[in-house]
Amino acid sequence: MRYQEPLLTIRDLTVGYGQSMVLNDVALDVSQGQVVCLLGRNGVGKTTLMKAVMGQLSPRAGQLVFAQSDMTRWPPHRRAKAGFGYVPQGRHVFPYLSVHDNLLMGLEAADGTEARSVALDRMYDLFPALKTFQRKVAGTLSGGQQQQLALARALVRRPSLLLLDEPTEGIQPSIVQEIQELLHRLRDQQDTTILLVEQFLDFALGLADYCYVMEKGSIVLEGTARDLDQNLVREYVSV
Amino acid sequence: MEVWASQLFNGLSLSSILLLTALGLALSFGLMNVINLAHGEFIMIGAYTTYALQQVAAHYTGDPQSGITFLIAIPASFIMSAAAGYLVEVTVIRFLYRRPLDTLLATWGVGLFLQQLARSIFGAPNVQVVAPAWLSSTVSITSNLLLPMKRIFIIGLVLACLGALYLYMYRSNEGRRMRGVMQNREMASSLGVSTRRVDSFTFALGSGLAGVAGCALTLIGPIGPSLGTFYIVDAFIVVILGGLGQIPGTIMAALIIGILNTLFEFGTTAVVGKVLVFAMVILFLQWKPAGLMRARGR
Repeated sequence: MRYQEPLLTIRDLTVGYGQSMVLNDVALDVSQGQVVCLLGRNGVGKTTLMKAVMGQLSPRAGQLVFAQSDMTRWPPHRRAKAGFGYVPQGRHVFPYLSVHDNLLMGLEAADGTEARSVALDRMYDLFPALKTFQRKVAGTLSGGQQQQLALARALVRRPSLLLLDEPTEGIQPSIVQEIQELLHRLRDQQDTTILLVEQFLDFALGLADYCYVMEKGSIVLEGTARDLDQNLVREYVSV
Repeated sequence: MEVWASQLFNGLSLSSILLLTALGLALSFGLMNVINLAHGEFIMIGAYTTYALQQVAAHYTGDPQSGITFLIAIPASFIMSAAAGYLVEVTVIRFLYRRPLDTLLATWGVGLFLQQLARSIFGAPNVQVVAPAWLSSTVSITSNLLLPMKRIFIIGLVLACLGALYLYMYRSNEGRRMRGVMQNREMASSLGVSTRRVDSFTFALGSGLAGVAGCALTLIGPIGPSLGTFYIVDAFIVVILGGLGQIPGTIMAALIIGILNTLFEFGTTAVVGKVLVFAMVILFLQWKPAGLMRARGR
């Protein structure tokens, strides 16, 4: 049941690279405090949708409204300042900046109510491995550590909307587990709203309040994690 | 022996001026992939700023050799060239990102415009800046090896600029933003960095460094509206030899080119010397196309 005014509303979003359309009339709501999961096979446009939400791609048509502001034409840095936190697919840490400097980059959009050192310590408590490596250059970290850094970089400024694009893709199982536990904790605290792209179906369905399934650039199925027909979802997601 | 040592020293001071010029080019290429053919004109603006400041000061104090005027001229040249660079970025270059050929033509046009502007204001003939008295002495190392104070000062000035640039890039918030944008523009933007602002700022910084180079050049010889064109080609060679956008490579390449230039010119003539240097650079690039330092992939 959608019982609240959505924090993020996407209406009729159409996005393409060059001549080809990658997203067609996508509509999606994310309510305050919820975890919304985006499912689908590789190449159906999930990452494109995340990039369009962040503002890295500009849509051909459609509208994006966040906290009652129409942000369709806003550049990424303004969306970041409005409260978006982004963990892109492939992590995209700054390879030649230290772990510490990467986290400081995450504070670029902070509103300044929290001292920088306090915010950083919060992240080092959450990810003790990062504290050990804080002077190391991010490019030398392992994939799992880089993923933790990308998460910390997004969380350090307490985003009101967290965009997570496959945060457990291609990293060692022990860290996958840590990240999954962290996301469960974030959901239970309910002060961060999360839009998540995830391939682990069981994990996604266990975490999410609401799910959208994509196929060829459109939403083909949606519903609360409890009500969705799991076999149907599996059919859409399996290769 | 002393002759060679003195040549080497002259080469070093030429290197340092080349370096100041090339740094700005390397920064704007590393950050924005912009090749700025008007960069030499920012040298010229710095040089004329120094000249104009001295004319004005001499008019009021009657002392053209005032050392204080020259010391004020250094930051003044930086500010004037940086302001001009900022203006060029905001009015021309920002509209031409990702269009390399258009940027080349447009910046070349801007360069011609600035040269003509200087001709209209200061006249076509070269003018001379009077070096302050305390820079006109020499330091004798041995009885035959005399190092001109001016050249020592220039090397010191460039070292100071390098130090300041290092502090800016590696110790300041603005520098961290700049490095972040260089490494991953989209991600930096998604974290809240206004990349437009970083671009204009960096372009202005590079232009300002060229302005300081222009100020230093007034100590070595007369200056004219086309002063920049003498240095811009060498500066481009330095940037290419160093590896595009690589600051440590740029520093090394400036040292090599400056010293080779002076040594070859000493052994032959100015033109033959330059041809020899270019030939060596071309041969080197056949062997290592990426230059001294290769940009590491992500």
